[in-house]
Amino acid sequence: MPYEAWKDNEYIEQLLAELRANGTNVIVGSFDKLINWGRSNSIWPLTFATSCCGIEFVSLGAARYDMARFGWEVARASPRQADFMMVAGTIVHRMAPVMRRLYDQLAEPKYVIACGGCAISGGPFRKSYHVVKGIDEIVPVDVYCPGCPPRPEAMIYSIMQLSRKMKVERFFGGVNRQEKIKDFLANHPEESLGY
Amino acid sequence: MANIQEKIAKLFPEATFEDGEILLVNIPDAKWHQLAKCLKEDAELHFDHLVTIVGMDWTDKLGCVYYLNSTKHNTSLSVKVTTDDREKPMIHSVHDVWKIATTFEREVYDFFGIIFINNPDMRRLFLSIDWKGYPLRKDYDMNPEVNPVSLENERQEDTTVSYVEKEDGTIEKKVVEIFAPEDFVVNIGPQHPATHGVLRFRTAVDGETIKKIDFYSGYIHRGIEKICEGLTYPQTLHFMDRMDYFSGQQYHHGLCLAIEKALGIEVSRRAHVIRVMMDELSRIASHCLFLGTFCMDLGATTMLFYTLRVREQILDIMEKTCGARMTFNYGCIGGVMQDLHPDFVKDVKELLAVLPKNIKEYNELFIGNVIAKGRLEKVGVLSREDAISYGVTGPSGRASGWACDVRKTHPYSIYGELDFEEVVYTEGDSMARTKLRIAEIEQSAKILEQLIDNIPEGEYCVKVPKIVKLPAGHYFQLVEGCRGAFGVYIESDGGTSPLRLKLAPPCLPLANVVDHLTQGSKIADLITIGGSLDYIVPDIDR
Repeated sequence: MPYEAWKDNEYIEQLLAELRANGTNVIVGSFDKLINWGRSNSIWPLTFATSCCGIEFVSLGAARYDMARFGWEVARASPRQADFMMVAGTIVHRMAPVMRRLYDQLAEPKYVIACGGCAISGGPFRKSYHVVKGIDEIVPVDVYCPGCPPRPEAMIYSIMQLSRKMKVERFFGGVNRQEKIKDFLANHPEESLGY
Repeated sequence: MANIQEKIAKLFPEATFEDGEILLVNIPDAKWHQLAKCLKEDAELHFDHLVTIVGMDWTDKLGCVYYLNSTKHNTSLSVKVTTDDREKPMIHSVHDVWKIATTFEREVYDFFGIIFINNPDMRRLFLSIDWKGYPLRKDYDMNPEVNPVSLENERQEDTTVSYVEKEDGTIEKKVVEIFAPEDFVVNIGPQHPATHGVLRFRTAVDGETIKKIDFYSGYIHRGIEKICEGLTYPQTLHFMDRMDYFSGQQYHHGLCLAIEKALGIEVSRRAHVIRVMMDELSRIASHCLFLGTFCMDLGATTMLFYTLRVREQILDIMEKTCGARMTFNYGCIGGVMQDLHPDFVKDVKELLAVLPKNIKEYNELFIGNVIAKGRLEKVGVLSREDAISYGVTGPSGRASGWACDVRKTHPYSIYGELDFEEVVYTEGDSMARTKLRIAEIEQSAKILEQLIDNIPEGEYCVKVPKIVKLPAGHYFQLVEGCRGAFGVYIESDGGTSPLRLKLAPPCLPLANVVDHLTQGSKIADLITIGGSLDYIVPDIDR
C-alpha cells in the first residue's frame, strides 16, 4: 500500500520523530529493524469475541479475506501465546473484569484493537445500564476500528496499522511503550473505576 | 376460543377474561398454580408449551404475562398474574408444570425483583449478585454511580436461595447448595473457544463424566429491552440485528409484524415476498455458518472454508440490496427500507444453482464421516416431551420430533401459501440436529425457487404515519428465527415509545437445556451438544 493511501500518517511520523530525537544506535538499531520486521509480520490474535464483530472476524479468517496471507492467521485461544487482542464486541459490566484479566495475561509486548462501535464508545448501547462506554477506560487501546460491525477489509486495515506501528517501535532499549502501559494502569487502578 | 374460556370460567370463577387476538385470562396469584396445572394436564386444554414469561411494571402493580401454546390443539392463551406489593412482590412459581419456567422466572426476578414462591433457584440470571436495584422497573435509578464498572472479580456464591411455602401458608427462605460438597467443579468459559461466545458453565465432574452444569450468562447482557423503552418504535428496530445476528432479517420481520398489527397497516404483496426471501436467505447463511463453526468445534477446521463460501455468496446478495454485510436494518414498518437491487434475481438464481452441489459436498465431507458419526450419534438425546417442557424450539426441537415451526403452526406473512416441508426427525441426538439443518437449507431453497420468478410489482413500502403511535394495548407476535421461535411482546400506553418491549429469544431455552442433556455424558460431549444446539450468546442475554 503506498504511503499516501494511509490515514494517520502524522501519528506515525510523530512516533518516528520521538524515536529519532535521541539518535539511533547503529547495532541495536539494526537488530530492532530485524526483530520488528519479524514480529510485525506475524501478529497473532487472541480468539476473543463477544458479539457480532466476532462473526466478521471469522469471515476474516476464512478463504475470501484470508488473513493468513498477512501472517495473522494463528488465532490463539490462550492469551499467553497471543500478541494482540481484537476486542470484537460489546463489553458489559460483568465482562469487564474478565477482559482486564485477559489483557493482563497477554505477554509483553501486547496490543489492543478496539473493534467496532461498542468497543470504542458503547456504540448503539451507550445508554444502557450494563455497558462499558468504551474499552479505553479499562485497557490502553492502540488502534480504533470503527464500524458496526467493521467490514473485514476495515479489520485488515486496522491490523495493518498496528503492524506499521510496531515497525517504528524500539524493541531494545526503548521501554517507552511499557512505561506508557504502566502509566495507564496506575491511572486506572482496579478498585476505583466508576465514572 | 370460546370453549377454553367457558371451561376455565367453570373451574375458576375468580378468573376474568380479556378478548383479543390471544385470549387473556386474569387470575389471582392464589389460584395461579392450580390453574397452571389444570391448563397443562387437562386433555382439552393441553397447554404444554410455555412460550415466554413477560415481566411487567405497571407502576401501580407488578406482574407477569404468561404466553402458552398447545402443541396438540395448536391454540394459544395468555395468563396475567399481578401483585400490588412493590417492596416484596411474590408470585407462585410454575417450575413444576413447565421446566423452562425455572429460568424464565429467574429472568423476571433479575429484572423486576418479583420473587417466585417454591422456585428452587432464585438467583439473578444476567446481573451480578451485588447489583443494586431491578433495572426494568420504572423507578430504577439509571445513575451509573449506583452500579459502577468494577474491575474486581465478581463475588461468587456456591449457594442459591429458595422461598418455600409451608403448609400453614407462611413463606420460609431456604439456602440451597448448588453443588454437593464432594463435587469437583470445573469452570468452562466465559473466554473459551468452544462456548460460541461468552457463556460460562460451572461443571461438576466425576472423572470425565459430567454430573451437573450450572450455566452463567450475562457476559453480554446489554439491556436492549430497557433502552427500547426510551426510543420511538422505528428506532427500536435496529436492535433486532444485534441480538441473534444471523436472524436479523427474521427478528426485524417479527417486530415489524407486531407494530403493523397494532397500527392496522396492510403491507404490499411485494414487501411480503421480499421479506420472506430475505428470511430464507438468512436461514441458509445461518445454517451454513452453524455447520462450519460446529465442525470447527469438533476439530474439522476445513469445513468452515466450504460453508463460508456459500455464506459469502449470500452476504454479497444481501449487501447489494441492504448495503451491509451483517447488520442489515432492512425491514421497516410498512415494508422494507429499499427496493431490491437489479441483480437480485440473477444472483439468487446463481446461488440456487450451486446450492445442491454444495449440500452434497457437506454430506460427503462431514455427515458420512466415521468420526463425526461416532461423536454425534446417540449423544445428547432430547425426548419430545422434554423438548416441549424445556421450550426447545427451532431445528433442535424439530430434531426431537416436535413439529414446532412457527411458519407452519402460526403462519405469518405469505408462508401459509408456500409449498415447503417442515423437516422433523425423531432421533433427538446431536446428529439429527445437524442433519436437520442441512435439510432445512434445502427447504429454504425450495421456497426461494417458488418466489424468485414471482416477485410481484408494486411498492416496497406503504405509507406510514411520520410519527408512529401505537394504540394502547398489548401485542404479541411469533416468528421463526434461524434457531427457533422468536416472540415479541409490545405493551403500549398510546405514546410514541413502548411501555414495555419484551423480546423472547429462542436461545435462552437452548442454553438452559444443556444441563439436562449433558448429565452423564463426557466433557468432550459438552462441546458437541452445545455446538449442535447452536445458541447465540447475545441472543440469550439481549
